[in-house]
Amino acid sequence: MSNQKQMATALLAGIVFGFGLSVAQMIDPAKVVNFLDVFGTWDPSLAFVMGGGLLVNAIATPWIFKRGKPIVADLFHLPTKKTIDKRIVFGGVLFGIGWGLAGYCPGPMLTSLSFFNADILTIVFAYLVGTWVTKQVLARM
Amino acid sequence: MEIINFTPVSAFIGGGLIGLAAALLMLLNGRVAGISGIVGGALVPAKNDSGWRLMFIVGLVVGGLIYQLLGIGPGVGHIQAVAGTPVLIVAGLLVGIGTTIGSGCTSGHGICGLARMSPRSLVAVLSFMGAAFVTVYITRHLIG
Repeated sequence: MSNQKQMATALLAGIVFGFGLSVAQMIDPAKVVNFLDVFGTWDPSLAFVMGGGLLVNAIATPWIFKRGKPIVADLFHLPTKKTIDKRIVFGGVLFGIGWGLAGYCPGPMLTSLSFFNADILTIVFAYLVGTWVTKQVLARM
Repeated sequence: MEIINFTPVSAFIGGGLIGLAAALLMLLNGRVAGISGIVGGALVPAKNDSGWRLMFIVGLVVGGLIYQLLGIGPGVGHIQAVAGTPVLIVAGLLVGIGTTIGSGCTSGHGICGLARMSPRSLVAVLSFMGAAFVTVYITRHLIG
């Protein structure tokens, strides 16, 4: 399948994703931290973001897989690991601490590059460094 | 507990668009819309596997720009970082390290994994949500 077609469709999906994150106001870290602040000034909105996302995706997913193959690629790439190990918990906890400290998970962080200010460039750079170094270390284990 | 700034309608519509985007990427490209996985694969790419990843990331930024240009919702003028530079660096590193070790983030495990009813993703979601709630409790109520 043509690489150009896959790049065009990925661009489209990325635009819808980034626009959706913005509409949901996940690009506002103060709102994200307020969602996480159940015992203080709680803003439950982000539970509705996950609810809306899950609803649409959970309805679409069985229908998509029933087609047998994707439209501009040869096969569905799905995670192969099924085991619940220490890594999934340990990694999740580290990610959760970082998310709670600054209010940015990866999607909103990258979408916020559209603000192009020093704060967002700083956290995105640190995120990329953390990802790259960890991939190097895991590849050698 | 005091509930503030509750915006369920825009949250639900935004979430629906995120779910639609994830469904589009699976239907068209056969790929999971897990942002940390897409980024990780773009940083250390397999052969002929970086083009779609980079375009998806460009799309995220373009989607953010379109929202800003349309000037809908509460706008973006009030948005600013909630932490200083040192904390932003530590937070960024932790998000990168954690999502790489744990094979996913809010989108891959939360929106896609849970939609496929993956038990592994459920454990991941409980781990990062739990840690994030505890972190905010500590920073806002114990040392804040």
